[in-house]
Amino acid sequence: MSHLLEARNLDKRFGAVTAAADISVTVAPDSVIGLIGTNGAGKTTFVNMVTGYLKPDKGRIYFEGRDITALHPRQVTRLGICRSFQIPQLYNSLSAYDNLIVALGIVLRNAKPAPWARAPRLVPGHDLPLADAAEALLERFDLGEFRDKPAGVLPEGVRKLLDIAMALANKPRVLLLDEPTSGVSSEEKFAIMDRVMSAVRAEGAAVLFVEHDMDIVARYAGRVLAFYEGRILADGAPDVVLADPQVREYVIGGQAEPKEVSHA
Amino acid sequence: MKKDRTPSLLLAALVALLILGLVLPEWRFLGTLAIGKGLTVLGLLLLLRTGLVSFGQGLYYCLGAYAAGTLGQFWGTTDALLLLVVAGLAAGLAAAILGILLAAYRGIFFSMLSLALSMILYGLLVKSAALGSTDGFNLPAPTLFGLPLVSHDSRYPLFVLACVLGVAAALAMHYYFRTPLGRLSPAIRDNEIRVEYLGASVRAAVHVKYVIAGILAGVGGALTGMTVGHIDPEMAYWTTSGEFVFVAILSGTGSVAAPFLGSFIFELVRTFAYEYSPNSWQLALGTAMLLIIVFLPAGLWSLVQRRRA
Amino acid sequence: MSALLAVVVDGVIYASWLFMIAVGLTLIYGVMKILNIAHGSLYALGAYGAASLAGYWLSQGYAPFGSYAALLAAAALVGLIIGPLIERGLLRFMYGRDEIILLLVTYAVFLILEDAIKLIWGVDPYIISEPYGLLGIVEFANLVYPTYSFMLIVVSLAVGVLLAWVLHRTRHGKLLAAVIHDREVSQAMGVNVRRYYLATFTAGAILAALGGALTAPTVSVVPGMGVEVIVLAFAVVVIGGLGSLPGAALGALIVGLLRAAAVHYAPALELFSIYLVMALVLAFRPQGLFAGEQVRTI
Ligand SMILES: Nc1ncnc2c1ncn2[C@@H]1O[C@H](COP(=O)(O)OP(=O)(O)OP(=O)(O)O)[C@@H](O)[C@H]1O
Ligand SMILES: [Mg+2]
Repeated sequence: MSHLLEARNLDKRFGAVTAAADISVTVAPDSVIGLIGTNGAGKTTFVNMVTGYLKPDKGRIYFEGRDITALHPRQVTRLGICRSFQIPQLYNSLSAYDNLIVALGIVLRNAKPAPWARAPRLVPGHDLPLADAAEALLERFDLGEFRDKPAGVLPEGVRKLLDIAMALANKPRVLLLDEPTSGVSSEEKFAIMDRVMSAVRAEGAAVLFVEHDMDIVARYAGRVLAFYEGRILADGAPDVVLADPQVREYVIGGQAEPKEVSHA
Repeated sequence: MKKDRTPSLLLAALVALLILGLVLPEWRFLGTLAIGKGLTVLGLLLLLRTGLVSFGQGLYYCLGAYAAGTLGQFWGTTDALLLLVVAGLAAGLAAAILGILLAAYRGIFFSMLSLALSMILYGLLVKSAALGSTDGFNLPAPTLFGLPLVSHDSRYPLFVLACVLGVAAALAMHYYFRTPLGRLSPAIRDNEIRVEYLGASVRAAVHVKYVIAGILAGVGGALTGMTVGHIDPEMAYWTTSGEFVFVAILSGTGSVAAPFLGSFIFELVRTFAYEYSPNSWQLALGTAMLLIIVFLPAGLWSLVQRRRA
Repeated sequence: MSALLAVVVDGVIYASWLFMIAVGLTLIYGVMKILNIAHGSLYALGAYGAASLAGYWLSQGYAPFGSYAALLAAAALVGLIIGPLIERGLLRFMYGRDEIILLLVTYAVFLILEDAIKLIWGVDPYIISEPYGLLGIVEFANLVYPTYSFMLIVVSLAVGVLLAWVLHRTRHGKLLAAVIHDREVSQAMGVNVRRYYLATFTAGAILAALGGALTAPTVSVVPGMGVEVIVLAFAVVVIGGLGSLPGAALGALIVGLLRAAAVHYAPALELFSIYLVMALVLAFRPQGLFAGEQVRTI
C-alpha cells in the first residue's frame, strides 16, 4: 500500500454549480503537492471533502486503505489529516498562545494519556507539556511577539501562520493548506512558505497546498494538480503541468505571466 | 507565568465569610440563600463561557429541590449531604437525558428550548396534587451526621455548610477551566469549526458542560430549599430562570466568585424592592438589564466576541 | 366518528389561534433575525387593551356588535404605539449584534412591559366575555361550538392570506424579500431598510396584539398571560422553521390537531404533545420543516 491518501471519482454539485467532477487523486507519503486553479475551480471543495466537512455526492476517499468518506472532520483529524483554512479559523477572543493551548489540549485529550496526566494541574501555570509545546510552536512560526494578543486583532499574515500552527498541533500525516499565502505581500509569501515547509518537514507529513502564485508553486511543489470547473485538468511535475498549453490557457491564463518579482 | 491567586483568595473569602456569619447572625439566611442561587449561576457562567444562554436552569434548580424535598418529606431523610448528593444526581441525570437533544443547539434555539423544557416541569408540578400543586410543600429541618443544621435560634451550621460548598464549587470550576475540556468553552464560543478540526466533538463537550451546569443548579436548588424550608413549582417557572440569567449577566464571566457576589447583591436588592414596590421589581430588572447590555458590554464581552471572523 | 370530527374541529380552531399568536413572531424573525420575547407582552397588552376598550364600549351602552370593532381597534392601537416605540427607541441601536444579545434585549423589554401592565391595570383579572357569546352557537353532528371560535378561524385565514399577498404579490413585499436576502446590498441599491424594519416590527406587534385582543373575550385577562404564549408560539414556529410563513401555518396545524387529539384521547399528555412534536421535529430536522439547511463556507 503505497498510497497514503486516495480520492476516487469524487463528484460534488451545489445546485447548478459543479464543484467537483470525477476527481481522482492519490497521494504518496512525503509528497508536496500544489493545487492550482482559478477562483471557483473547486480547490477548497476538494479539501473540504477530503477532511469530511462536505460529503461527496459520489466517490470515495481512502486513508491508508481505510474508507474515510463518511467520517466527520474530527474523526478525520484524529487520523492525522489536518488542514488550514482559506479564511483562518481561530479563537478570536483568545490570545495566540491560548489558541495553541486549546489545540494542544484537545490533542492531549485524544491521545488518552494516563489519568494522572489528564488531571487538572493543581500547581498554577504547570500545564507544562502543553505550555512547552505551545511555546515551541510559537517559536517555530516566529509568532513570539504576538503571543498575548487576541487572535481577532492580529494582522492577516499572522493569522494565517497561527492557523497553520494550529493544524500542526496534531502532528499530521497529511496536511492540507488552503491558500497559506493569500492576503500577504509577495515578499512575505516566501518567508511564510519557508517557515511552513521546514515545520512540516520536521513532522514528516505529506502536504497539499492550494496556491494562486505560480512562483510559489514552482518553488515548493513536487507535483501539481490543476483544477478547472471541478475537474482535474492536469496532474504531474510542476514544469510539465505549468507548461501544459491547456493549463496555461484555462488555469494560469488570466494571470498572464508571473507578475510578481521572482525570488527564485 | 503569572501566579494564580484565585485559590488563595477563595480560601481567604471562606474564612472571612465564616467569621462574618459568626458575628452577624441576621445575615446568615440571606447569605445561605445567595450561595444556593450562586451555585446555579455558576453553572450558567460555565454555559455563558461556552456561548450558551440557558433560559431554563430553573428546571434543574427545581428538580434538585424536589428530589431533596420528596426524600425529606416522604422518606424522612434529613441528612443534608445525602439530600444534596441526591439532588445533584437527579438534576445531573435529567440534564444528561435532555442534553442529548439540547447539545445540538446553539444561540436562540438553545435558549428557547431550555425555556420550553423548564415550562414542562412547571406544568407537571402544578398538576401533581401529591406534591402540593402550586403550593409545594415544606421541608424538614436538615441535619448533618445527626446534628441539626438549623434550629430556632441558629442557622450557623447550615451557613457554614453552604459557604464550604460554594467555595469548593468555585474552586472546582476554577480548576476545571484550566483542563483541556474546560478550555474548550471559549473555543466553542469562538469557533466550533476549528474545535471539530482539532479532533474534539463540540456536541459531546457541550453536553458535558450542560450536565455540570445541571448538577450545580440541582445542588443549588436543594440548598435553597433547605434554607427556606419550603419549595414550590415557582422554582421551575421562567421568571426564576430569567433571574439566573440576569444575575449571570450582571456578574459577567470573568470570575468564578462573581456569581455568588452577584446573587448576594441581587437578593439584597430584591428584599428591599419587594418591600417598597412589589409591582415594579421586574421593571427595575428589565431596565437594569438594558443598561448593562448597552453600557457595560464587558459583562457580555464573551458573547459579543462571537463569530466576528 | 363524531369524536374524530370533534378532534378535527377543535384542532383547527386551536390551530388558527396558534397561527395568530405565532405569525408575528415568525415574521419579525424572518426579516430582522430577532426572536422577540416581548411578543408575549404585546399579546398581553392587546388583551388588556381590548378588555378595557370593549369594556368601555359596552358600559356606555353602545351597540354590542361594536365591541368587535373595539377589539380590533385595541390591537391596532397597541401595535402602532408600542411597536415603533420598541423598534425606534431601542432595537435599532442593536442591529448587527449577536442574535442572543437581541434575545436578551427583548427579554428585558418583556420584563419591563410585564410590570408596566401590572402598574396600569393592576393585578385583578379582567373579564370581557360579551363578544364571545354575542354570536351564538353553531350545532352540527351532535357538536356544539360557539360561533366566535369559527370567526377566529376566518380571521386567522384572512391574516395568513393578507400576509402572503403582501409578501409575494406587492412591490413592497418583493423589496422586503431583497432586504431579507441581503441587507447591505439592498441598502446600497437604495432600499430604505430602516423603514422596512420599522414596518415589519410594527406589523408583528399588531399581529401579537391582535392575537391577544381576540383571545381576551375567551379567557380572563390576568398578569403573566403573555408568558405561556411566547413559549407556545416559539414551539409552533420552530416546528415549521423560524422565519417561514407557511411553516408557521403548518406548525400551528400540526400542534393544534395533536393537542386536540391528546385532549380527547389522552388528557394527561396534553402538555407534552406540543413539546414532544417540537422535540421530534428538531431532532430529525433541526432547521424546521420549511427552512433550508445552511452550510457555512470555510
Ligand atoms: N457550501 C457551498 N454552497 C454552494 N456553493 C458552493 C459551496 N462551496 C463552494 N461552492 C461553489 O462551488 C464552486 C467551487 O468552490 P471552491 O470554493 O471549491 O473554489 P476554489 O477553487 O476554492 O476557489 P477560490 O480560489 O476562490 O478559493 C464555486 O462555484 C463555489 O461558489
Ligand atoms: Mg478556495
